[in-house]
Amino acid sequence: MSLYTFLDFEKPIAELETKVKELRALMQPGDLSIEDEVAKLEAKADQLLRQTYARLSPWQKTQVARHQGRPHFRDYVARLVDDFTPLAGDRMFGEDAAIVGGLGRFRGRAVMVIGHEKGADTESRLRHNFGMAKPEGYRKAVRLMRLAERFRLPVVTLVDTAGAYPGIGAEERGQAEAIARSTECCLDLGVPVVAAIVGEGGSGGAVALAAANRVLMFEHAVYSVISPEGCASILWHSAEKSQDAASAMKLTAQDLQRLKVIDTIVAEPVGGAHRSPREAMDTLGDSIGQALNELVGRDPMALKRERREKFLEMGRVAI
Amino acid sequence: MANWLTDFVRPKIRAVLRRRETPDNLWTKCPACGQMIFHRELAANLFVCQHCSHHLRIGPTERFAQLLDPGWVAVPVPAVALDPLKFRDEKRYTDRLKEAKAKTHQEDAMAVVRGRMDELPVVLAVQNFSFMGGSMGLAVGEALVAAARAAMAERAPLVVLTAAGGARMQEGTLSLMQMPRTTVAVQMVKEAGLPFVVVMTDPTTGGVTASFAMLGDVHISEPGALIGFAGARVIEQTIRERLPEGFQRAEYLFDHGMLDMVVHRKDLKETLGRVLRLLMGRDARHPVSSRDAEDFDLPAISGPAKAK
Ligand SMILES: [Zn+2]
Repeated sequence: MSLYTFLDFEKPIAELETKVKELRALMQPGDLSIEDEVAKLEAKADQLLRQTYARLSPWQKTQVARHQGRPHFRDYVARLVDDFTPLAGDRMFGEDAAIVGGLGRFRGRAVMVIGHEKGADTESRLRHNFGMAKPEGYRKAVRLMRLAERFRLPVVTLVDTAGAYPGIGAEERGQAEAIARSTECCLDLGVPVVAAIVGEGGSGGAVALAAANRVLMFEHAVYSVISPEGCASILWHSAEKSQDAASAMKLTAQDLQRLKVIDTIVAEPVGGAHRSPREAMDTLGDSIGQALNELVGRDPMALKRERREKFLEMGRVAI
Repeated sequence: MANWLTDFVRPKIRAVLRRRETPDNLWTKCPACGQMIFHRELAANLFVCQHCSHHLRIGPTERFAQLLDPGWVAVPVPAVALDPLKFRDEKRYTDRLKEAKAKTHQEDAMAVVRGRMDELPVVLAVQNFSFMGGSMGLAVGEALVAAARAAMAERAPLVVLTAAGGARMQEGTLSLMQMPRTTVAVQMVKEAGLPFVVVMTDPTTGGVTASFAMLGDVHISEPGALIGFAGARVIEQTIRERLPEGFQRAEYLFDHGMLDMVVHRKDLKETLGRVLRLLMGRDARHPVSSRDAEDFDLPAISGPAKAK
């Protein structure tokens, strides 16, 4: 993965890494002085990368969470799920590819996997509507969750969306109702539900798939009630205040674990999931596996009760 | 209807209005037709413009008076963490809260009472758009949970009148979490076998619409109320098209199958009472043995049957 885009705040790292590359190209075998210089620069780049990623601001995390090079639903499924069999359609109106779901085998265990897919290139981004689902997407999710429950399969969701799609058709067909029903369904299932916020957890469109027994969240993912840009333009009357809004909203995994909104932070490789997608996906796989091991086989009523109790307590923590 | 209006609603609303009788607000300009309406007329008309039938926004005090028999009592709502994120934009969130409290004389954007609606015990929760746009944060979540618990304790239906711009941004993801939280509250009421009836009033948008508002057993709205998920401006920016006439209005949602009925404010109490009595298996309040076929409305925007 050398072809990823650098984010603004990664410029100093990018410059060092470019210099290393240039020197390497010039390097003759046995050219000890250059080798030494390269090693020094590499160490410096590595240190800078670690330092930068150890103290990303909430706004920087927002950019990392949206990074195009981060793994997407299809990557996770390809790496972590065998026999993936996508199921389509809400049986009412249409098929919405912004949410993908299907049966599969996760580490040997049959599961239902559902998640937002943003797409990876222009064509697939359009096809998946940039991961912004319409009512059909949420109604398909409800259908698949109910199917999972009928056959006692755990549900695993991967959340990565800027939000539900704001459009005329979506409103006409009941976007709000579809989101509400999907959240309600999550909270009603008698099977384990594990949700992972893998990139952007954007508002109601994210919650609809994330009212889970265990909510995992990547180290540099964000989960918020509105985008920092949206919040800034409403409360600060200027989209340029997005940095302030991102900080004020406490949308990072670290803040949200403290506020008990999420259960587990999943570590990302140094430099973010986009630098080493495979490593990131495997780490997430381990966390999902662990959560499922804790939940599978539990009494259906207890799973449902505990999930509801957890959400009933949301925000009640003495702060 | 006449008795109820003259004996109860008018004096009650007068009492509400008395303390704000300053020369400044003796007259109200109708936001729809621009006509000036004298405050007494407005109150007597349940805050519906007599010129154009526009339903003005009203708060919990007016709603309780309009919908309940005298003698309701507040359902206590446990205190929540104030400003859990220490949020500050151009103003401190705590200052915004103080201002909203001073303006509305309410603790937050949802008030809950126990009372009787045409003698039937109910729990009524009313969202207040005047309190920070009715936005849902911890306090609104807590109020809805308290309302659900009160309904279950009383074995009474829960009626919620929504009015909100959405979630309380100043409480960040904690406000987002009130969507699943209020959903659990609704599930508890429904599983207890009690009706959960929602009246979506102007405006009901965002995270409130996308959680408890759209999970009612019966959905009612008032004429012209704005109801939706995404804001009109966001949609226009996204699709770069003008929105159709009447978009996201109650009548539009009715046409698209999201509402059971659009009811004029003057018929709201009778309609709610009738629906709840039918759902709860109670005898009719005003038994009507035979109705004209003509008079027996199918579900429609024209409101409930007028067999009086
Ligand atoms: Zn008017």
